Amino acid sequence: MANISSNFLGIKSPNPYWLASAPPTDKKYNVLRAFEAGWGGVVWKTLGSQVKNVSSRYSAVDYGGQRVMGLNNIELISDRPLDINLKEIKECIRLFPDRAMIVSLMADNDKKSWHELIKKVEDTGAHGLELNFGCPHGMTERGMGAAVGQDPEIACMVVEWVMEAATIPVITKLTPNVHSVVPTGRSVVKAGTNGLSLINTIQSVTGVDLDTLVPNPYVAGKSVFGGYCGPAVKPIALKFLTTIAQDEVTSKVPISGIGGVSTWKDAVEFMLLGASNVQVCTAVMKYGFRIIDDLCEGLSNWMDEKGFKTLDDLIGKSVLTITHWEDLDINYHHIAKINQDKCIHCGLCYITCEDASHQSINLDYGKPYNTYTVKEQECVGCNLCKLVCPVDNCITMEEHRVAPEYLNWIEFQKRGLPLNDH
Amino acid sequence: MPIKNNRLTKEQYETNFADIHPPFENKTAAQVEASRCLFCYDAPCTKSCPTHIDVPKFIKQIVTDNVKGSAHTIFSSNIMGAGCSKVCPVEKLCEGSCVFNLLHEPPIPIAKLQRYSTEKAMKENWQLFERKNSPSGAGGKKVAIVGAGPAGLSCAHVLSREGIDVTIFEKESKGGGLMTYGIAAYKVTPQFCEDEVNYITAIGGIEIKYNQELGKDITLAQLKKEFDAVYLGMGVGVARQLDIPGEKLEGVVDAISFIYDIRSKGYPSVPVGDKVAVIGMGMTAIDAATQAKRLGAKEVTMVYRRTEAEKPCTQAELDIAMLDGCEIVWLAAPKKLKGSQGKVKQLVCSKMTLGEPDASGRRSPVDTGETFTLDVDMVIKAAGQVPFEKLVKKYKLDNKNGKIVINENCATNIKGVFAGGDAVNGGKEVVDAVQAGKDGARAILNYLF
Ligand SMILES: Cc1cc2nc3c(=O)[nH]c(=O)nc-3n(C[C@H](O)[C@H](O)[C@H](O)COP(=O)(O)OP(=O)(O)OC[C@H]3O[C@@H](n4cnc5c(N)ncnc54)[C@H](O)[C@@H]3O)c2cc1C
Ligand SMILES: Cc1cc2nc3c(=O)[nH]c(=O)nc-3n(C[C@H](O)[C@H](O)[C@H](O)COP(=O)(O)O)c2cc1C
Ligand code: SF4
Ligand code: SF4
Ligand code: SF4
Repeated sequence: MANISSNFLGIKSPNPYWLASAPPTDKKYNVLRAFEAGWGGVVWKTLGSQVKNVSSRYSAVDYGGQRVMGLNNIELISDRPLDINLKEIKECIRLFPDRAMIVSLMADNDKKSWHELIKKVEDTGAHGLELNFGCPHGMTERGMGAAVGQDPEIACMVVEWVMEAATIPVITKLTPNVHSVVPTGRSVVKAGTNGLSLINTIQSVTGVDLDTLVPNPYVAGKSVFGGYCGPAVKPIALKFLTTIAQDEVTSKVPISGIGGVSTWKDAVEFMLLGASNVQVCTAVMKYGFRIIDDLCEGLSNWMDEKGFKTLDDLIGKSVLTITHWEDLDINYHHIAKINQDKCIHCGLCYITCEDASHQSINLDYGKPYNTYTVKEQECVGCNLCKLVCPVDNCITMEEHRVAPEYLNWIEFQKRGLPLNDH
Repeated sequence: MPIKNNRLTKEQYETNFADIHPPFENKTAAQVEASRCLFCYDAPCTKSCPTHIDVPKFIKQIVTDNVKGSAHTIFSSNIMGAGCSKVCPVEKLCEGSCVFNLLHEPPIPIAKLQRYSTEKAMKENWQLFERKNSPSGAGGKKVAIVGAGPAGLSCAHVLSREGIDVTIFEKESKGGGLMTYGIAAYKVTPQFCEDEVNYITAIGGIEIKYNQELGKDITLAQLKKEFDAVYLGMGVGVARQLDIPGEKLEGVVDAISFIYDIRSKGYPSVPVGDKVAVIGMGMTAIDAATQAKRLGAKEVTMVYRRTEAEKPCTQAELDIAMLDGCEIVWLAAPKKLKGSQGKVKQLVCSKMTLGEPDASGRRSPVDTGETFTLDVDMVIKAAGQVPFEKLVKKYKLDNKNGKIVINENCATNIKGVFAGGDAVNGGKEVVDAVQAGKDGARAILNYLF
């Protein structure tokens, strides 16, 4: 059986699944239940400045009859007394010594506050710190959270303060509310952060209530931009993760991947693109801690199937497969093929190609079932039909190279080969 | 115990005749099912609906919370979309060709979704159609329709939308045709049928004259004279005679009259036997058998000349009868009825075997010469219905055994007289009659303008 135990900056956990800093990790009661369920570690709900929350706090985007494709929140950092949090953190570490305990921090914007807070947290025996430079609401107005993460210089300064005081590993959590996460990533790595984590939530409006005409979530006739997370943000998180994993400076430190992890497959994808472990919030907010069983079993079974013995064997494996557009092979060509035995005649491939692609699918009228076939000469190999086809492996893309040799865009132009010729 | 009414308590009747296909409990339930629909292009379900309802469109409109639009989509193709959602044999129509069947997954519950939108439209009394101003200017055109059944109502609605003034002559005192008088009571209630007729006629320009029978209270010549065109949608009549000895014995009844009584008089007043035999295996036979059982008959036996493979009813219908505990005897043809003191006591059947395929392609039953006897106290005949042959012949309408013959323009041999529905096809489904009404209306509009 594959070994799924994880070692992140020397912080050990029985599996690579940490609960992200959020409501599931905001008190002993939840955290003990999470550890009992089998979670590898937690990032304790962010501690720091004094706050006050409002009601309501969350809203969601439903899709295709499913609830919570994306979740949005306007909650602040921990609103419980610091002493109680610290006492409970200590308790949890004592009761589950084999699990990772990271504490998320967001102190007021001065060195003294950070140093005091770090000292108190280290006294609990916590294994690491996560700096919350990501929270996009509530704290930014006071120059904290994303306001720090969006400015590489400020971020650098705060990390330097932290590194002066910290004796345990420090992870800096990046905000995705930027054009690129690399500048802040580089500057905090240069300032000495031991690791990075990303992403925090993305600023969003989940929708407008068509009766009250007020966007969600509703607070006394008003709303504010909230942080978006859950399955909907995974593709964006993976993109940001890859840029950090590919950058020569930021790739030097381990990365904790966050953003829409809901299944073991998501976790594998994050790790293939460079995350050493993953953090989960929304999936647990929707289903509870019990999802950990399948997260672990699915990962382990997949690793066995593929012959990966430890997580290190797979971490980062796909990072270099994402390249620049101009390096892609123009001589690669593939054509859609419909398996008539699997086809259920829904016509979706036809109408999508007809209205939105290259009119490459043929319709032979039948009652009630039409027959659809690909016009091979017309097909540009865009994948659209395959993407919309509701039947697994009914449409496959068959390789038909234009020529055997690799040919990229630069070379293509040099040779004066025809452009805009379709 | 002989034939007797009032066998059950009020509660028992209510349970036995409760809606067989209950609606969605709430919006979420409907949307979850609606979301499964793939939104097929040139959808097989639409092609298999005789009225060509744009099924993916109306289902998508449920998903987007545009229920009014959804109802409009349905009613634009089928003004009896509400009734159809309760009575269509969907397993051989829309749902039968839903692409999910090809994945061996349950099809989208199209009828139930159709009911969701149309029921709401009727409850909220959304009037989704407007009449055009009379196209002919001064005077306007007038059309007479015979029969306020699905064919007649559908024809009337299309004509009224186009600004034509329609008068329907109906021999019964209620509209809806077999919807009101023939279809099983656990599918539609009298109240629903009445509401549906009112909802359809609320567009205006449609007057129904009840208790007006063509051939008795009015003549075709009269209608031809007073109206610019006539549409005949009078359906078919009573059940076919068996032409076997003993058919006149007390306790031998016609399925259509039996069901008519259930639908028009109320359950307690309809008498039923202890041991009932039903002859036939069509929709009517199934409805008669199941309703006899639900009225409190102890044993109900259905006899049919052929085997299960040739049955004219759908599997879903047969399942209802079997779940109700009806016995089925295949390859049994009624030979004679025996009685004492004028009352039916026994049904003698010939045992059949299957021979060569007949004109319909089905293997025809052949008598083995052996017989068997069932003890009965009631026999319900449901071996098909007969058209109004006398009436049709009296007016010299071209016909085939009483079924009116029409050309591709829905026209009969008499100028200005059109026909459709059961009166032409000899008895199909409500949804076919609705389409026939639409076709008839289009043909009349072409004829008039
Ligand atoms: C027992 C039974 C069960 C059925 N179950 C189903 C079912 O579950 N689902 C389904 O889709 N279909 C079912 N059908 C078939 C369906 O009811 C018919 O196909 C449909 O009603 C035909 O519509 P129509 O308008 O052509 O005729 P009808 O519904 O028969 O309407 C004809 C109308 O004309 C009137 N009329 C007749 N003669 C005259 C006259 N001389 N003058 C004036 N008015 C006249 C009648 O009173 C009636 O109102 C069933 C039929 C029967 C008999
Ligand atoms: C209600 C809520 C509160 C959160 N609070 C914090 C927080 O206090 N500190 C923090 O660093 N991130 C916070 N987050 C962000 C999560 O830790 C995580 O980065 C984000 O939700 C993306 O992961 P997911 O898609 O698995 O939910 C919060 C998220 C939610 C939904
Ligand atoms: S989308 Fe797939 S299942 Fe549908 S018609 Fe095309 S090939 Fe067949
Ligand atoms: S009218 Fe009947 S056949 Fe047509 S879609 Fe509705 S339920 Fe199906
Ligand atoms: S065939 Fe089924 S899935 Fe396709 S549009 Fe019709 S109901 Fe929807």
